[in-house]
Amino acid sequence: MSAEGAAGNEPGQSENVIPIGTRGRPGRGTNNAKPSASARMLAPGGPTGARSGARSAPRTGTQPSAQPDAGAQARPEADTSPTPVPIARVHAEPRTGIPVGDWLSGALAGAREVFGEQWEPRLAEYLAFLRRRITGDYTVDDYGFDAEITERFLLSALRPVKEKWFRIEVRGAENIPAEGGALVVSNHSGTIPVDGLMTMASIHDTTGRFLRPLGADLVFSLPVISELARRSGATLACNEDAERMLRGGELVGVWPEGFKGIGKPYSERYKLQRFGRGGFVSAAIRTGVPIIPVSVVGAEEIYPLVGNIPALARLLGVPYIPITPFFPLLGPLGLVPLPSKWIIEFGEPVRTDDYDEAAADDPMLVFNLTDQVREAIQHKLYSLLIDRGPVFSA
Amino acid sequence: MGRVVLVTGAAGDLGRRFARRLAEHSDIDRVIGVDVTPPRLGTGGMQFIRADIRNPVIAKVIVREHVDTVVHTAVAAMGPGGTRPGQMKELNVIGTMQLLAACQQAPDLRRLVVRSSTSVYGASNRNPSMFTEEMTAKRLPAHGFPKDVAEVESYVRGFARRRPDVHVTTLRMANLMGPLINSTLTSYFKLPVIPTVLGFDPRMQFVHEHDAHGALERATLADVPGTFNIAGDGLMVLSQAVRRLGKPTAPMPAFALGALGSAFRRAQLAGLYAEQVPLLTFGRGVDTTQMRAVLGYEPVYTTAEAFAEFAAAQRPGPLRAERVRAVESAMLEAIGGSASRETAISGAQR
Repeated sequence: MSAEGAAGNEPGQSENVIPIGTRGRPGRGTNNAKPSASARMLAPGGPTGARSGARSAPRTGTQPSAQPDAGAQARPEADTSPTPVPIARVHAEPRTGIPVGDWLSGALAGAREVFGEQWEPRLAEYLAFLRRRITGDYTVDDYGFDAEITERFLLSALRPVKEKWFRIEVRGAENIPAEGGALVVSNHSGTIPVDGLMTMASIHDTTGRFLRPLGADLVFSLPVISELARRSGATLACNEDAERMLRGGELVGVWPEGFKGIGKPYSERYKLQRFGRGGFVSAAIRTGVPIIPVSVVGAEEIYPLVGNIPALARLLGVPYIPITPFFPLLGPLGLVPLPSKWIIEFGEPVRTDDYDEAAADDPMLVFNLTDQVREAIQHKLYSLLIDRGPVFSA
Repeated sequence: MGRVVLVTGAAGDLGRRFARRLAEHSDIDRVIGVDVTPPRLGTGGMQFIRADIRNPVIAKVIVREHVDTVVHTAVAAMGPGGTRPGQMKELNVIGTMQLLAACQQAPDLRRLVVRSSTSVYGASNRNPSMFTEEMTAKRLPAHGFPKDVAEVESYVRGFARRRPDVHVTTLRMANLMGPLINSTLTSYFKLPVIPTVLGFDPRMQFVHEHDAHGALERATLADVPGTFNIAGDGLMVLSQAVRRLGKPTAPMPAFALGALGSAFRRAQLAGLYAEQVPLLTFGRGVDTTQMRAVLGYEPVYTTAEAFAEFAAAQRPGPLRAERVRAVESAMLEAIGGSASRETAISGAQR
């Protein structure tokens, strides 16, 4: 009710001060394009118009009125428009209401808020980034990895989740080699591969290196997911790609439990499943890179899997249809992961450069090494669970 | 000693230029071009015979002219001027069969160079990111040009077994790209709005026409039997390529793109082919180590450069780089201006 709102205006207020939330018009918060006549009457400045008063104020303030840049920005019709105030199109202001000067200073304050004190070069940098994106002026590697997007968007979007929501504690980051190929082998859990994303973010934040995850073929058949996966550096979990990446000196991440690990019921939490067929070990032996066992504690509790619909899963061609205490019961709200406390520990590297390449074809040796890695992860999981204490501890 | 080279597909884009280029080479005595239609832009130094490779006359030509090298470039996804897909299969597969049958009877034949395509690797979500020559498609192509190529290669392997004295070089070429190339993929990129598969951004690899000629020439002149991937360095993703053209995209689900491709075919429009959908969904990359190490060919153009050459020959789309750059500099100017003015504003308000 505009009349009520306008009654709140102190008649003694200066004409230049615009009450918050009225868009500079008399009346308050009704979003009516035209306030009622009574409201206009009540507004400071009387019937002759708070509007013209509010308008004219910045015009005197931002003189000279013919701002040089606004000329460059304004569309040609701005010259013919009845409003004499030039409108800087960058900020897409409505044509009525708050004076340009306020918009401008607000936008500048916003820019300073977002980009810091050095906002001007940083905004310019951001514009250059946008231009490169729009014109396709960037590079991707052989696997479709786009380092710029991954660093600027994916990893910076994951950071608050990692730090504020899961409160991830990273241990043993010194075990990640600063350069050269290495195979990061981790347990897998959590219904949705959030643990993989968090491991990627943790490695990048502690060492500055990009983890190149190996994903199941299902990942690369799903729209959007497949595009995101390739952009963020993932490739298909097959020996050809794993060895190629390791030879290229990349830090490759593998989750050998696969869907068996990620889709296991909550009652089996922190019990490692079979470690595939040991393909990751033979890839590491062939390329002579160290294997870094990683234990992730906390991911099991984010979506406690209490049920599955195998028939529907088979019908849809996916490994499982998750039922958690909140999904699908609460709908999309059930997709919010529970804020469990996480610990990610990078264990001591298992060296493989002592073996010759023929060892990769020795199944017994591959099984033994697979088991050794699996045991290392499992033991670390138990000790980390004790360290962590309650699931939702701070 | 002079050499006699027979080039099939000599009226096609690739075959014609390659044959003319080869004819100027000092080591080559004669170049005989064979195709069903005469080349539109002149034969240059080559001797042109208008014949169908499916016709037995080709065997007589090879024997009578003492041809020692056959370069088979006729395998293509798109024939000269509106050939229907069914016809292309006939030309590719049956043509190759007949040509190889003719070659088997030729006593003077020493080398066979076959232009194949990286389509033989197919495109699927189970494919490794980069194919080396000894890898095979994880999911064999079931129809269309990729299947034709797979069949052509199997006939060529059979020929190599039966005539061990003939050195066979198979060049698996990535998608040809360049200002003069007219292929299924270049006609796709010439569409005003590029339809893409929603939620997928396939990796693409191109080889410039210059490098395609160069690799064919190298394989013809040097004696290096084997199978080689021919592609420019590096890869691009589809969205990146389209943005470099400055064109808008129209993302749609894969089945809709396939249906659109079929509609294009019924309407006899060029640009979109249903059999391209797997490539436009999953993309493909090939490893070119063998090309350098064994074949000894160093490509001049990278994938991005080959595409840039193609893009430069096209009419730029509405989102062309200059316009985007102009908008950017205008915005920067506005920011610079407002920054200096900002102090004035705050001063006035105080």
